[in-house]
Amino acid sequence: MFNAISRSQLFVLDQDEALEFYVGKLGLEVATDQDLGFMRWLTVRVPGDPVREILLEKPGAPVMDEATAQQVRELLTKGAVAGAIFLTTDDARSTFETLRDRGVEITDEPTERPYGIDFGIRDPFGNAVRIGQMFDAGQG
Amino acid sequence: MVPMSSAAEESNRAMLRARDAMDRGYAAPLDVPTLAGIAHTSEAHFIRTFKATFGETPHRYLQRRRIERAMFLLRATDTSVTDICMEVGFTSLGTFGRTFADIVGESPTRFRARGPIPDAPTCFVKAWTRPSSFGEAS
Repeated sequence: MFNAISRSQLFVLDQDEALEFYVGKLGLEVATDQDLGFMRWLTVRVPGDPVREILLEKPGAPVMDEATAQQVRELLTKGAVAGAIFLTTDDARSTFETLRDRGVEITDEPTERPYGIDFGIRDPFGNAVRIGQMFDAGQG
Repeated sequence: MVPMSSAAEESNRAMLRARDAMDRGYAAPLDVPTLAGIAHTSEAHFIRTFKATFGETPHRYLQRRRIERAMFLLRATDTSVTDICMEVGFTSLGTFGRTFADIVGESPTRFRARGPIPDAPTCFVKAWTRPSSFGEAS
């Protein structure tokens, strides 16, 4: 019935700042950046992966009323919006060093787990992003 | 950076940064001056604002984090209870045992007897196995 999980979504407070982080610091690339009138459709992807994109979405009207949008923003900045993204890498320790040197907030450092070596970062808005070098090749 | 967010959002984000620092160094003593600096607030405000944001004081959050880590180590490793106690930041075995039993509802040894926990991404294990509160864990 289905071919793949294609698009996921993260709430952000500001889309330009999101670009500075996800493209400028994490090295993702812009997939689509289009002004649709009612919203700015902004998605990023891992370079070389044509299937999976992340929509960087600002909470607001008309999808939700302003009071709700404010609740979302407050939850987001508390780290309570369950928007955790897991990115895989061939080299967790080297990726960690690069991101750390770029000033990315590290929540926990590369540690070996049963499934691989992973570490955690936090984006400017409160989203948790985990980055892992998986032991099982099939999980890349 | 153009401030696009409200005062509440900036405060939340700064508190989250301080909470992340606590999680990184959970075994170390609670350092309110340093955490208040990270959160861009005064020491007097830090504890009150942390509680207003996350629903509990920094001290209680840290205790639950330490006990959660102890719960994980008890079921995922063969490390002795005494060593786990020290590793997660308690200095007294008696205090550790009492705090653990208050939060989890049974002693570290009885809890260990539940057996190994299943593999899951660390962030979810950390979030979902954390005991809810004092005396309510099942």
